[in-house]
Amino acid sequence: MIHFENVGKRYAEGGEALSGINLQLDAGQMAFLTGHSGAGKSTMLKLIGLIERASYGQVIINGKNFSKLGRRHIPYVRRDIGIIFQNHKLLNDRTVFDNVALPLVIAGQPHRDIQRRVRASLDKVGLLDKERSLPLSLSGGEQQRVGIARAVVNKPPLLVADEPTGNLDPALSAEIMQLFAEFNQVGVTVLIASHDIDLITRMGKRVLVLEKGRLLDDERNDGALQ
Amino acid sequence: MARQATRRSPRRATSLVTPGEGSTKRSASAAAVRRIKGKGWLRGYLKGHFQALFLSLGRVSRHPLSSLMTIAVIGIALALPAGLHVALKNVQGVSAGWEDAVQISLFLNRGVDEKEASRLVEQLRAMSTIDEVVHVTPQQALGEFRQYSGFGEALEVLDENPLPNVLLVRPTRAASEPLMVEPLLHELRSLPLVEMAQLDMEWLKRLYAIMAIGERGVFVLAALLALAVLLIVGNTIRLAIQNRRDEIEVQKLIGATNAFIQRPFLYSGLWHGVLGAVMAWLLVTLSLWLLHGPVQQLSRLYNSSFSLGSLEPLAMLVLVVVGGLLGLLGAWLAVGRHLRDIEPT
Repeated sequence: MIHFENVGKRYAEGGEALSGINLQLDAGQMAFLTGHSGAGKSTMLKLIGLIERASYGQVIINGKNFSKLGRRHIPYVRRDIGIIFQNHKLLNDRTVFDNVALPLVIAGQPHRDIQRRVRASLDKVGLLDKERSLPLSLSGGEQQRVGIARAVVNKPPLLVADEPTGNLDPALSAEIMQLFAEFNQVGVTVLIASHDIDLITRMGKRVLVLEKGRLLDDERNDGALQ
Repeated sequence: MARQATRRSPRRATSLVTPGEGSTKRSASAAAVRRIKGKGWLRGYLKGHFQALFLSLGRVSRHPLSSLMTIAVIGIALALPAGLHVALKNVQGVSAGWEDAVQISLFLNRGVDEKEASRLVEQLRAMSTIDEVVHVTPQQALGEFRQYSGFGEALEVLDENPLPNVLLVRPTRAASEPLMVEPLLHELRSLPLVEMAQLDMEWLKRLYAIMAIGERGVFVLAALLALAVLLIVGNTIRLAIQNRRDEIEVQKLIGATNAFIQRPFLYSGLWHGVLGAVMAWLLVTLSLWLLHGPVQQLSRLYNSSFSLGSLEPLAMLVLVVVGGLLGLLGAWLAVGRHLRDIEPT
């Protein structure tokens, strides 16, 4: 699902954010990406979300080689990747329902399907009763769950999250992680960047450790094997 | 295990957010969706446009004051050429009446008596180029002169009527054309009984020349103001794009195409243009209504039944179409320039 082959990213401002990354994450796997700030976690997620392009090497996601992908195809590739952001990136002038519906509207889904799927998605994250609320009236944890509902509403095979529990207390963080684990259980590939080591180790999944742009450690303690 | 998950993932992911439904039913309906997708493409495309059309109208109406100001500026810009067009049309309407009334005045020799004059009238009426001849006898002319000139008493001093017989000749419509009327004038001038033949058309020619300049002026002004409308709409859309920067970024992040993102902005430009044109029509109509009274008064003073014409339906249609196209074009230029710059970071 995620395949990095000798991938590097240099910025014009100087410095190599990523160098010589090799990574293989199979479909249906769940993994954590950790490391200090500035280790390259965000850069790696940006490469997966096609927000940035690699300076060298091959990034192949869901069978598509990003280095050979034209600008026009980017939107369609992004639809197959559910991205969850630390700062949620919700539209604050639209209701929760409209926010979650956005990927389906963009994909041109029929109105009836949108209603049904948005409700199902909100139900899954436990926010069905908040569909008419505006994002800013919700707590941080609830906003994050709206972001998750939006990411999964069009059923992408890959979920990528950047510090999804960054601003949440431990109990809420565990709840959110449990939610990701549930998606993984039904076959969605999940990659989560986080520096919450305690939480990560408790989840018992594969952990990728980045340091200064290099992939240091790849603990293949796949929870499914236990 | 991982391999197994791979194989299962699409089906399981499908059932992920639809817990209440059987997966067989789902896949059947998915197949049906795929089958009609070919035919449904156009419907989907139209639906997208329909959504954008109303979304953009909603945005315009959500900020009524700022939208109204922009629309008013566009309206004024469009009202100027539209108003001048109406003014020109009215002047042309007035002078079109005069063109029909090309008239040659034949002043007969002093010695000619009324009998000879009447015979000449018959002779002229027989000509194919002449529509009508009116004979004004010296007595009639004197009467009119006395009545209208205000020199009636001065005339009492004269021993005899100094006025000649006058024949007012109206050529047929075909013979009234500038090229045709000159030979006729020559012919009439060379008649033995005629002392003088007069055709006063020079001022009409000058008027037409002035109107031609006016028409060209309206055209130039319209072109300049069209450019102004383009810039106004372009700037409005540019600001709208900047205000929605975050939204555009999020939309791009979750897979919106440029076409999807720019559609509401293009329609917003279209709405501004069309509503601006409607505003222009209102302004022109209001101005005409304000002018109606004084014009009526003036026209009564000239014993004319002239009344001010308004914007004809075709011109109204042209106004709205041109307004809409200008709005769309302005938005398109702004969208092309500014949307590309916004990329998620």
